[in-house]
Amino acid sequence: MATPVLDKVEAESAASPYITVTFRIRRFNPEISDEAIWEDFRIDIDPKERVLDGLHKIKWDLDGSLTFRRSCAHGICGSDAMRINGKNRLACKTLIKDINPEKPITVEPIKGLTVLKDLVVDMEPFFQAYRDVMPFLITEGNEPTRERLQSPEDRERFDDTTKCILCAACTSSCPVFWNDGQYFGPAAIVNAHRFIFDSRDEAGEQRLEILNDRDGVWRCRTTFNCTDACPRGIEVTKAIQEVKRALITRRF
Amino acid sequence: MSLNKEATDATAIGDVEGVTLYDVDHPAPVIEAPRKRTKKTPKATRGNFEMYGWLFMRLSGIVLVVLVLGHLLIQLVLDGGVSKIGFAFVAGRWASPFWQAWDLIMLWLAMLHGANGLRTIINDYAERDNTRFWLKMLLYTATVFTVLLGTLVIFTFDPNIR
Repeated sequence: MATPVLDKVEAESAASPYITVTFRIRRFNPEISDEAIWEDFRIDIDPKERVLDGLHKIKWDLDGSLTFRRSCAHGICGSDAMRINGKNRLACKTLIKDINPEKPITVEPIKGLTVLKDLVVDMEPFFQAYRDVMPFLITEGNEPTRERLQSPEDRERFDDTTKCILCAACTSSCPVFWNDGQYFGPAAIVNAHRFIFDSRDEAGEQRLEILNDRDGVWRCRTTFNCTDACPRGIEVTKAIQEVKRALITRRF
Repeated sequence: MSLNKEATDATAIGDVEGVTLYDVDHPAPVIEAPRKRTKKTPKATRGNFEMYGWLFMRLSGIVLVVLVLGHLLIQLVLDGGVSKIGFAFVAGRWASPFWQAWDLIMLWLAMLHGANGLRTIINDYAERDNTRFWLKMLLYTATVFTVLLGTLVIFTFDPNIR
């Protein structure tokens, strides 16, 4: 008598795309405790969904106090970089099925920046480094009456570094940055690279001088953590090395 | 490096008779990142010291591969190995200006290469400015002492001592 019922249940579970996944989230709330703790949430989710969908499910259905940043939720705004299973990724670009849902999925804030609450960190030092490399077009002389034209080859030169979305996944994966926040970090160097190698820009020399400093490109240890972490696939370490080469060839 | 949170776990204070230590008006202190960048971070200085340091590491590294491997081969492998080394062996080698120059260059390059490497490690890992300064002073003193002593010995070596 029990057999047909079991069969039915099995058939149903085979048809359902949902699996049970454990999210192990690093929680920190300064209004309750000065300790950060791991908290487990078990949710049913389609493995083809993303980690961000899992976080939404937890926030909307289980615990509304879970705090994290996200804006566009489609890998463009760069708000939801976090450390998922020990690697910096965008929660909105990481599919559950790609990160072994058999085991608990750990979600932590990115490292090297002050944790304010749960997965939210203080991005100010990161943006300060970005501002310090002057990430804007600088030119001399009169403004032209039409666009500043550029050949496709000149545009290609810095194409890779235009893709940066300032999510801080690279900078917060850098061991030098973890130990010393004075280091500009990969993201700032990538955004300096974008203007240094732009044929229309005329302040490349100034930016090179900034990155030639004690906390500039020479502190890079080429560990390639940044290239591994970049959700946009920018060859970050290569960009840093190109700035180093420009600094050396400028002298000799 | 799982940040400093684990460290605070050990010193965390629990609730005392239902009184919470932290609430909305009295939040817990957050853990600041080490030496973080602010508006007051000094602007870039001019000078190429770091660039020359970086270049020196690459170039001296290449030369040292030849010098050190050659040195190890002669001292430890060829012609009877380590057992042949004695006062007479060293005296014989240093009679030739070629080996004097070899050892002198190896001493200087290896010491400066190692010292610069340690300098970057201290810069990376020492958090407080005071620790950083004194560790570097210790390093420079040791380096200068060793380089000067070694140079002195190579140039003033007397095989007929005593």
